[in-house]
Formats: sequence, structure tokens, C-alpha cells
Amino acid sequence: MEATIAGTTIDVNDEGYLTDPSKWNEAVAEAIAAEEDIVLTDKHMEVIRYLREQQEKGEKLSVRRVGKSGIVSIKEFYDLFPGGPLKKSSRIAGIPKPVSCV
Amino acid sequence: MNSATANGTDVSRTKRLVILGAGLAGTMMANKLRKELDAERWEITIVDKDRDHYYQPGFLFIPFGIYEPDDVVRPKTDFLPDGVNVIWDEVQRVEPEENVVLLSNDRQLPYDVLIVATGTEPRPEETPGMKGDLWYKDIFDFYTFEGATALSKKLDQWEGGRLVISIAESIFKCPVAPLEFAFLADAYFTEKGMRDKVEILYVTPLPGAFTKPIATKFLSKLLEEKGVKVIPEFYLEHVDNDARKLVSYDEQEVPFDLLVTIPVNMGADFVGDSDMGDADDLNFVPTNKETLQAKQHQNVFVIGDATNVPTSKAGSVAHFMAEVLVQNVLDYVEGKPLSASFDGHANCFIETGFGKATLIDFNYDTEPLPGKYPAPFVGPMSLLKETRMNHMGKLAFKWIYWHMLLTGRELPVTNHMSFVGKQRPEEPPKPGTTNSAKRDGVTPVTARESESMEVVA
Repeated sequence: MEATIAGTTIDVNDEGYLTDPSKWNEAVAEAIAAEEDIVLTDKHMEVIRYLREQQEKGEKLSVRRVGKSGIVSIKEFYDLFPGGPLKKSSRIAGIPKPVSCV
Repeated sequence: MNSATANGTDVSRTKRLVILGAGLAGTMMANKLRKELDAERWEITIVDKDRDHYYQPGFLFIPFGIYEPDDVVRPKTDFLPDGVNVIWDEVQRVEPEENVVLLSNDRQLPYDVLIVATGTEPRPEETPGMKGDLWYKDIFDFYTFEGATALSKKLDQWEGGRLVISIAESIFKCPVAPLEFAFLADAYFTEKGMRDKVEILYVTPLPGAFTKPIATKFLSKLLEEKGVKVIPEFYLEHVDNDARKLVSYDEQEVPFDLLVTIPVNMGADFVGDSDMGDADDLNFVPTNKETLQAKQHQNVFVIGDATNVPTSKAGSVAHFMAEVLVQNVLDYVEGKPLSASFDGHANCFIETGFGKATLIDFNYDTEPLPGKYPAPFVGPMSLLKETRMNHMGKLAFKWIYWHMLLTGRELPVTNHMSFVGKQRPEEPPKPGTTNSAKRDGVTPVTARESESMEVVA
């Protein structure tokens, strides 16, 4: 389905995740973050760029991995994106929802 | 033939194949490869630090007195074939650029081909407070022989209260075992006439009881029927011993009287120490999920729980991987392209209590589906349905494990996941598509060869 985010029309899935990470930009990130009641700081953006880089490399993402990234501790990750840090940060980063593989 | 190639076509000297770990995966590989590789040309050595082989699926039954400790342990040497060198020692490090394994006292073990099969183990010390004052008093694991036997004594005397089953990390061995523990606990306390004195909670970092939607729906309903409360998305930060509660990273709290924990699972320390591990720092080796070759080193292969491939860490997976890996190791030593491909196939009985069990069968691309599983000898088993037959299958598996699986005998089951018998619950038809083969709310999944994993509905 299509959604209007930051003034542009972008394809998202039924949970609001971008279907094409290349359509992402910082304005899109800010608009999605606002829906989650998050105001993006430099620290948020550092995490988001890290997630995008890892996703592009085909790496599987986990809360633990973000905690080992050297950018934030797991605790700080939860503070930045309260409630569901990996799910929320992935949506803001314009990458697919992380899945568990059983 | 080039006599200097690194991958074993050099006929001028005996080549060395080294297997690290004599658990299920390593033992199967030793048995299968000893049959396939010319003993004149290939020396096989297997290394392990412990001499006892544990039937790990049996640990689940020990706390409830269904199995005795003697049921689950045998000497490893009983299952290793003649013509394989055995070294009892702990691997300190691998130097993959030098093709050498370092053992204790700087002993060196050079190799031409290395198979890493060192599995995973629970690491309670990774979570602050887990291995504190209450360890083996009111906090237990059951994925170890020591934990399962200690918990058996505890349950025998326990007078009831709040039993919390807690999963510390989202990647762990045998992901259905904690669910089975919950089901068996419900049955155990019911049969003891004290179910009303026990509250059972299931606390998991996952979004629900399981990860894949159809199985999650089935298993969640079963948990509800059995009065087990699920607390999802709880990522454990520490255990507070004084207040006897779990605390998550986002400061949720779950009090307990008796805690059964599935601690953080990690691969062997030497994996991290050898710079062969994953970015999660869990010491799982980055592995090509189809060929089972280590991503960083062509002459290193990885099997079983030691890999980072995205499927369950379970004995059935190691078994299906072994078939693939034997072929690929043979291809590799002959200098051919690796021809076999692993599809992520896993197959798990799930004990549900009161003499029943269910069964799931899945792979990388296909989630567990209901239907029938065409089991040899005993006829079809029911998938995602509780039956007595599945329970008998689970118990019979112990015999198969000790007598057939470990020693690498062929089991009459398909290696790649098969769609025969599986049924996909009906979904609302997508616009522009029609389902022609509907029956009783299910759509038969067309049986196909395993090259393609698409579901044809």
C-alpha cells in the first residue's frame, strides 16, 4: 500500500515498514519517528545508519547486536526507542521488520 | 592433477581432516566420513573435552521423573568408529590462516580440512544475578545434566507458588523445549493434585510463544488451555536475588518463587578467541547457510548448533545438515564445486503433557504447517495436532538416537523438507487469485521436489 510520508508517496507494508529501503531519507525518518512520539537526535541517527548499513550487508539484526555495535548499550537502545527498540528503529530506518528465525 | 593444491588433491602425503566436538554432529560426521574417505589418504581426528555423550532431548524429562539420569548418558567412545583418532583435550584456539588447531600446553594439531561441531551451551553468567545466591536453590536450568537433575529434586519437594520459565536471549538451542517444559509442568502438578497451588508464567523476548504465525497460534492456544500465562517481549537484563524478580531492559519486573531459566546460549569460547565468531559475540561461526562452509575460510566447514545459520539449533537439524556436509566435504577434497545444499530443514516433536505430543516440520522458507508427516514404519504422524502417536514417536526416538543416528546409519526420512501431507490453513484469497482445491478450510500443499520451496496453493 502507499502512504504519504514527509510529503512524498512511499510504498509501505501493512505494518508501516518501507518496502524499499532506497526510498528512505532523513525527512522520512523524522516523520515516522514523530508517529512513534520520538524526536530524533544525533544518537538516534547513528543507530539508524548502523542498522541500514548492517541490513545492506545482509546481516541479521538483533537487540544484542546493536548493544555490541559500540554506539549504544542495550539499555540506551531501549531509552532511545522505548517499547520495542529494534522494531521501532527498523521502521524509522526504512528497513524490513526484523524477524526471528525460530 | 596438481600435487600442490590445498584442498586435498595432493596424493603425496596423507591428509588430515580434523573434527572439533564429539557431540551428535561431530560423531555423525566422523562415522559418515570414515566410510567415505580413503583411509590411506585421509587421517580423521576428532577432539572433545568431555568423555560423556548426553542424549540432550532426554534432559527435558528428568525434572519430572519421566527419565532417570542413567537414561541419557553413554561413553562417547561407544559411538566413534575404528580408524578415527580421538583426542581428549580442550581447544584453545584455531589459527585458520595457518591451518592449525591449538590444544592445551601449546600442542598443535594441523589440518587440511576442519569441521567445527562444538555446539552451544548455556551461559548463566552472561546475565547479572542469574548465577547468584539462588542458583540451584530456586533458580535452575534444565539444558544441562546438572541442572536437570538438580531441578528434579527441587520439584519433588516444592510446595507450590509462582513458577516462571524465562528465556534470556532469542537464539537458543531447541526452541520448543521451554514450551514443552511448561506443558509438562502443568501435567506434573495436575497429577500431583497441586495444580491450584502453582502459577505458571512463560516469559520470552520473542513477540509470542513461538516465532512463526501458524505454529504460534496453535501453541498459544494450548498454553492458554493449560493455564500458562505468556509475557512476550521481555528482554531480561538482570535477576534480582533479594527481591526474587526478573528485571527487563525497559524495567518491567516479573517476581518468581521458582525460576527455570534458559540462559544466554553461546558457542565455544575458542570460536571468539580465534576471531571466527559472529558480530553478536555469541561465538557462532558465520556459515554459508546452503553449503555449510565457513564464510571466511574455504577449508573450514561448520555443522549443528555451532553455525549461525537461520534455523533451529536442534539434533534433527544437525542430522539433516550431516547428509549435506558429507557430500560437500567430499566435493571439496576432490576439488569440485560444492554440490549439496541445505534447506534449513528441522523436525521437532513437542511434548504437550498427559501422554501426548505434537510435531512440527519446517525449513528456511516454509513455516510449520498442519497436516500429516509421512513417518517410516509407524505411518503418518500428525503435524500441529496433539496425539498419543506423536508422544510414542518422541519416546521411540531415544532408541533411534543411540542405535542409528549417532553412528551415521541411514534413517528412512527425507533429508530436504517435503510438502507431502502438509496443509496450509486457508487465508483470505488475494485479489486476482483463486484457490481451486479447497477442502474443510484447508488447502492441500502440492508435493514437489525439493529444488523449489515455493508453496503451490
